[in-house]
Amino acid sequence: MTKTTDLGRDHAAPRLPGEGGGLSAVEDWFVREVLPLEAVLMSFLRRHCREKADADDICQDIYVRVYEAAHTEIPASPRAFVFTTARNLLIDRIRKRQVVPMATMADLDALHIANDEPGPERAAIASDTLRRLQAALDHLPERCRQAVILKKIEGLATRDIALRMNISENTVNRHLTLGMIALAQSLYGDAADEGGAL
Amino acid sequence: MSAIETRERAAEWLLKRHEQEWSQENQRALDAWFAENPTHRIAYLRLETAWRTADRLTALKKPMREEIANRPERRKPLLLKIAAVAAIAGVAGAAAFYPFKTQERVYATPLGGREIVKLADGSQIELNTNSEIRSSGKGTRHFTLVKGEAYFQVRHDAAKPFVVSLGDHRIVDLGTKFLVRRDPNQVQVSLLEGSARIESTGGKSAKAAVLVPGDIAIATADALSVMKKTTPELSNELGWRRGVLVFQRTTLGDAAAEFNRYSRQKVVISDPEVASLTISGTFPVGGIQLFSSAAREAFGLAVSHKNDQTFISKRAP
Repeated sequence: MTKTTDLGRDHAAPRLPGEGGGLSAVEDWFVREVLPLEAVLMSFLRRHCREKADADDICQDIYVRVYEAAHTEIPASPRAFVFTTARNLLIDRIRKRQVVPMATMADLDALHIANDEPGPERAAIASDTLRRLQAALDHLPERCRQAVILKKIEGLATRDIALRMNISENTVNRHLTLGMIALAQSLYGDAADEGGAL
Repeated sequence: MSAIETRERAAEWLLKRHEQEWSQENQRALDAWFAENPTHRIAYLRLETAWRTADRLTALKKPMREEIANRPERRKPLLLKIAAVAAIAGVAGAAAFYPFKTQERVYATPLGGREIVKLADGSQIELNTNSEIRSSGKGTRHFTLVKGEAYFQVRHDAAKPFVVSLGDHRIVDLGTKFLVRRDPNQVQVSLLEGSARIESTGGKSAKAAVLVPGDIAIATADALSVMKKTTPELSNELGWRRGVLVFQRTTLGDAAAEFNRYSRQKVVISDPEVASLTISGTFPVGGIQLFSSAAREAFGLAVSHKNDQTFISKRAP
């Protein structure tokens, strides 16, 4: 007698609501390992940029380098890799401007890039997700929050939200765009960003 | 493009992507945008992950109070309830706070039965075997699945949510086709189209999840889990609407339990080794005869009958 298990059940691997498949290995790695470093990375970058927007742009550049490098080989130690990339990029920028603030160089050298222990930031993300999301939601402007609640908690389509709130679909989308960015900021951005994403 | 601008574009794409009308053309445009600059894909990935994580916000959703007050279990027979309400009203003079329920409606099917209930709002409920559903009155969009299984095709109305209650669990339609099955220890909701929210107020804490097509939520007294099934697997679950049971590597034990739902005749498999054999195929819902002979031929098992029972066991050596 051959025995097999019920495959129908095996297919239905348990997953948390909201967690979807469809990510490539690199994307999956990036989401799991790199995004949670954003808060520390941003607070570091901010110390070396006059404008917050500069820090955002450098962060974006770092992400591209890390993401593209990972397509060749997924770095064994994401934290070290991200901060080494950050360091190199900052040095590039300093060279281009031909102005070398000594403090920056010292700070760069002091970066503990070899340390790849899971940092406190990751633990914080795991345990505080709901609290962070809720805080971000509470900080949104009233109409914007309303739209996000109707979308995310009530699950309404944009059209229905527009009807319910008696505003145009474009305005709904504008609210949702801001809400989406603020929620992402609450999960990945650093503390200085909270409430300031808008 | 600055990082901030990229983020905004990515958010706009993500919103568009989540709307119902997403064409191949849209997908091509999005792919083209991704191809322009790797920052685009990364910004999108970051927002998408955050937006998905934000699904957890549904945990903040408070179940509606009226539903909690109206937990359907431990229900007294209707007449008794009316009598009780009348007594309270009489004693306390509080009739205004205890309005009589406008006729409670009951739809039920016998073993092997199937019934389609068309509602005034264009929604439709299809009841499977040995099932019962109740509504509190005409024109209401609140139903209680007392037992069994039902397939809902709901005409969405944002102003009047369509709610199905099952003990401590409830499903709120968000424009949907979904299948609900109530077993003694668990409730299973399979979402075929649109979306719906399932909420569980039992156990230590309230739980909720928003379901998208392909999701199967299983809610027990204290846990709520969501799994994914493919469209063909889901449509197999709806075979009963065509009068068939579809098995895909289903154990004989599970298959027997399925047949037993539809008939007074019961299949009995007491040997666990026999019960764990798997079978695939499509059978008529009343096809115990076919099923047992398939088991006999495919696995060399013995089949015997006694009264309303069909026994499947190992052949005596």
